[in-house]
This record gives sequence, C-alpha cells and structure tokens, in this order.
Amino acid sequence: MVSASTTDPHPAIRVRGLVTRLGGQTIHDGLDLDVHRGEILGLVGGSGSGKSVLLRTLIGLLRPAAGQIRIHDQSVDALRQGGGLERRIGVLFQHGALYSSLTITENVALALIEHAGLTRAEAEDLARVKLALAGLDPAAGPRYPAELSGGMVKRAALARALSLCPDVLFLDEPTAGLDPISAGGFDRLLVTLRDALNLTVFLVTHDLDTLYATCDRVAVLAHQRVLATGTLEQVSAIDDDWVRAYFHGARGRAARSTQENR
Amino acid sequence: MIQRPVKGIRPSVADPGYLRCRHGAAGPEVLVGGDWTLAHYRTVLRQVEQTRLDGEPRVDLGALERLDTAGATLLARLLGPARVEALARTAPELSAERRNLLQAVAAASERARATPEPTREPYFFGRLTIGLGAQISHAGQQLARAIAFTGLVLAAFAASALRPWRWRPAAVSRQLQHTALEALPIVALLTFAVGAVIAVLGITVLGRFGAGIFTVDLVAYAFLREFGVVLTAILLAGRSASAFTAQIGSMKANEEIDAMRAQGLSPVEMLVIPRVVALLIAVPVLSFVAVVCGLAGGGLVTLLNVDVPAGRIISLYSDISLRHYLAGLAKAPVFAFVIAIIGCLEGLKCSASAQSVGTHTTSAVVQSIFWVIILNAVAALIYVEIGW
Repeated sequence: MVSASTTDPHPAIRVRGLVTRLGGQTIHDGLDLDVHRGEILGLVGGSGSGKSVLLRTLIGLLRPAAGQIRIHDQSVDALRQGGGLERRIGVLFQHGALYSSLTITENVALALIEHAGLTRAEAEDLARVKLALAGLDPAAGPRYPAELSGGMVKRAALARALSLCPDVLFLDEPTAGLDPISAGGFDRLLVTLRDALNLTVFLVTHDLDTLYATCDRVAVLAHQRVLATGTLEQVSAIDDDWVRAYFHGARGRAARSTQENR
Repeated sequence: MIQRPVKGIRPSVADPGYLRCRHGAAGPEVLVGGDWTLAHYRTVLRQVEQTRLDGEPRVDLGALERLDTAGATLLARLLGPARVEALARTAPELSAERRNLLQAVAAASERARATPEPTREPYFFGRLTIGLGAQISHAGQQLARAIAFTGLVLAAFAASALRPWRWRPAAVSRQLQHTALEALPIVALLTFAVGAVIAVLGITVLGRFGAGIFTVDLVAYAFLREFGVVLTAILLAGRSASAFTAQIGSMKANEEIDAMRAQGLSPVEMLVIPRVVALLIAVPVLSFVAVVCGLAGGGLVTLLNVDVPAGRIISLYSDISLRHYLAGLAKAPVFAFVIAIIGCLEGLKCSASAQSVGTHTTSAVVQSIFWVIILNAVAALIYVEIGW
C-alpha cells in the first residue's frame, strides 16, 4: 500500500486533514491527498463515498469544516478571495454545465471577456482555437448547447475549462453518459492535452476504461478518507472488499484485458 | 498604454511579451521574448497586428519566458500555423513541453482557421418577412394541435364517463384541493377589492345625478354577469394553468410520460382528465364565491358613502333576477375547460429541458388569459343578440 504523503515537496494539490460535513453528516474525516504536477490522478470510490463533494471542496465551492487545501502552494481560500483561483483551475462538470443561452463559442469566450479583458472579437478568435484544441469541429461554434450530442457537449465544456489557460484541471465523470467510442476519444484527447499543455488533472470517474487508459495514479476514497493512492497495480492489490469487487469484478477484468491487448 | 486591470496576475511576472524585427547577418530575423500569456494577450496582440513579416524570417525564441495556449495562438497568428509547426519540430532552444504545446496549438489554429464563420443572415426586410411567415405558420400549427388535443380529451372523457370504475376520485379531489380550496382566499380577497373599486366609481359618476343608490345595481350587474366568473377565470389561468404546465412539463422532461405510454397507461386519462374535471368544478364554485365577495365589497362601500340603510341595499340586490347570475355562470364551464386544456397541452408540449418548461408555463398563462377575455367578449355579443 502506498501512503498519501509522498516525498514530493511541491505537489500541484495538497490536501491535509480535510474534514467536510454536509447537513450534520460527516463526509470526509481527516482526508490526506497529494496530486503531483503534470499527472492525471483518478479518484474512485463507491456511490455516496463523497467523490463529488471532495471535488467541489477542492475547487472552493464547499467550505471544509477543518483541514487545508493548497493548490500550487497557495491556499484555496486565499486564491478564492481575489487571488485569481479561476485562472489557476479549470472545471468540467458532470453534465457539462454549458450556459444554455449562449452559443458554444460564447461559452468559451465569456471568461476571456470578463477576466482577461479581451474584446468580444478577440475572445471569440481565441475561443475557436480552444474549441479546436478540444477536438471540436469549428462548425459547432455558432450552435447552442441543446443542439449538440453528449460527446460534443463534453468537449465544449472542456474547451471552456481550458479558456483561461489553467494549470490544474478538475473533471467530474467526464465520460459518464458517452458511448464507448466517444468515451475512448475523450480519454485520448485528455492525455494529448495533458502532454501538450502540461496540465495536472484531477479526475473523478466510475469508468474503468478511462482509469486504465488515462490515469498515472489512482486514489481510492472509502471510509471517509483516501484509503490508498498509487498506480493501478498497487491500488488494485490492496486488501479491501470494495477495491476487490471494483477492480476484480467482471467489468474490472474486462477493462484490464482490453488495456493489455492494446 | 491603457489596459484594463487584470485580476490574479502572478507576482513573478516578467516583461510582457515583445516582438522585434531586425536584419541579422543571415537575413531578416524575428526576436520573440518575454511572457506570451493570456495576461498580456492584448499587448502582444497589438504588436502582432502591427508587424508585417516579409518573406520567411528566421525566428529566435531564445528570450521567451512563459508561454501558454493564448500566447501560442498569437504566435500561430504571427507566423502561420504551418511555420509554428515546423518551428516546434526544429527550434533547438525549445523544451519538450513547449514543443508539444506549439504543435497542439498550431494544429488547432489550422483547424479553427479552416472553417470560416457561417454566412450572414438575410437583409432586414427579408428577415422580417421570414419571421412573420414563420410565426403565422407556427400559430396555425399550434391551433390545429389544440383542436386535435381537445378532441382527444373529449373522446377520453366520453369513454370513461360511461365506465364509473375508471373514474379517479382521488386524483380529482387532490386537484380540487390545489385549484379550488387553496385558491379560495385569494379569489375572495381580490373580488372583494374589485367590488369596492367599482362601487367607488359608481358613486362618483351616479352620485352627480343624485342616483348614488343605484351603485348597488351597477355592482350587482357587473359581478353577476361578468366580473365574478371572469376574475375567477383569470386568477385560475394564472394559478392553475401554470401549475398544470409545470407539473406535466417536468414529468415530460423526466420521461415519465413516455414511461406511462410504455406501460400502456394513457397520460390523457391519468393526468389530463382529473385536472379538467377539477377545474370544471372549481371555476363555478369559485365564481359563486367571487360574486358574493364582490357584492359584499360593493355593498359595504355604498353603505359607507351613500346615506341609505343596509336593508335597502339588500332589497335592491334581491330584486335582481336570477337569470343574470345564470348568464354569468353559463360561461364558467367553458372557461374552465379552456384553461385546463391549455395548461395540460402546454405541459405535454415541453421538451426535455428545464428551459422549455419555463417557456411553456409562460405561454400557458398568456394563452389562457387571452382566450378567457376573447371568449367573454364573444359571449357578451351573443347575449345581446339573444336578449339574455
């Protein structure tokens, strides 16, 4: 088993002693986690184990009851209060959360206009490049989110997450609801972008194929804390009921064998 | 140089990106240096726009500090994607990460540039004509749909009317609670207030002729024939038509309507008929309450402002023939049916988004108020002709 506190002195994200409570219920109790620079870390855990809550806490949408969260050695609280958190992190929400009254290009351009002081024309120029980076056909730019397929919505949302050139990317179930081909395409895109833009990626997922195809390390969330982090082999070898059922169940075996046959 | 303040610039920022052209020993050279990042986008963009490159100068990226996708996009704009791509492969001073970044952005810029924005829309007058035509054809389709739906509901009504075991008293009584009982206080209060206002008007106008006492008749005719049922119908159009659309629309968005059909249940029978029946009961009952409260409000104001005993006001009320009340009441089922049909149909028209539920709710309220007022005007004309 690999412990959470590794020797990396300057991780991209460092969480120490995190306690979160929602409506009187303790979701995380003394959670520690490091995400190294330039890696893709996959967070897995059973339903209701608090994966999405952890993601929302990391990006500052929920306030922890105790503990500290640092992104690139700065506390999230300070970054949030006028420290420019929005330029350091990009977030892809589970269903894309694209603004339905704006076109795809405007969705990406909005933050560029509001935060980077660009004019509308400049921002839309740059937005088209970001859309192309996310692998979207430029013809989709003038369309509205409701007119796009699920896979295209995810790509557009990824382009929006990348609009302010962040160093850290948070993804909540990026491949949920996609067909296997779109999901595979998204996995490859994620790895390509990580390599090209030198991103650190924190990925919440249920999708074993995504886990095998993209993640450098995996963290298992269970019993209100991070049970283990490490490579897939290391994590899948640990002795826990849920981990065994997850990685060594029929779906886990299938995902691993496709990965090995590649 | 005027630049809008930019939040969150890192303190360690070096010079904004810069660009110098010079003539070196081996021909023209472009020196690219400083921070080419989003924070300096406009500064760098201005320089890129002002620079005209002649031929293919040598590019020196040695002094480049930070580079992000925004900066790389500008570089692609300056040199052209193909040149940046070549540069990423050959320039010796680049790190591996930077090579990857430049290659990815060069490819993306190429693709973004390949497809120009779609063609302009037609000129103003053409757009106007197209819009008008589209609206007329849309209105025609909606009307046809409403008529078809009315037929469907009437057929379902007839089918279940003969089979009492298919009636749904529980659903009807729950709808009655929402549409009638919970609307009772607001209907009573508003009609009382409107009755009082009409009495004030009557006293002002009729009082000049010394006929202030006939304010009572004005209020009575107004409420018995028109306002009792019309005010009730308008209130229920705002309250219940919107509720029907929102309830059925959110079920539609959640695919519950499809689930019902798949299980062989009829949404018209289960959802629409109970609501129609509930409103058919609620509107007449509530309009009776409205009439009573309107008369009370008007009577009270007359009593306070005109010097007559209360008994005289009551006897004036009781002299009015019952047929005026029946003329008003006859309209109640029509209004009830129209409101319920529009509310339910708009709900069933919703698509699977929250936005469409909102749009259709607005549309249900507007349409049902519109039709209540139009039908009331038509009824008034008919009553005049047949002498009611």
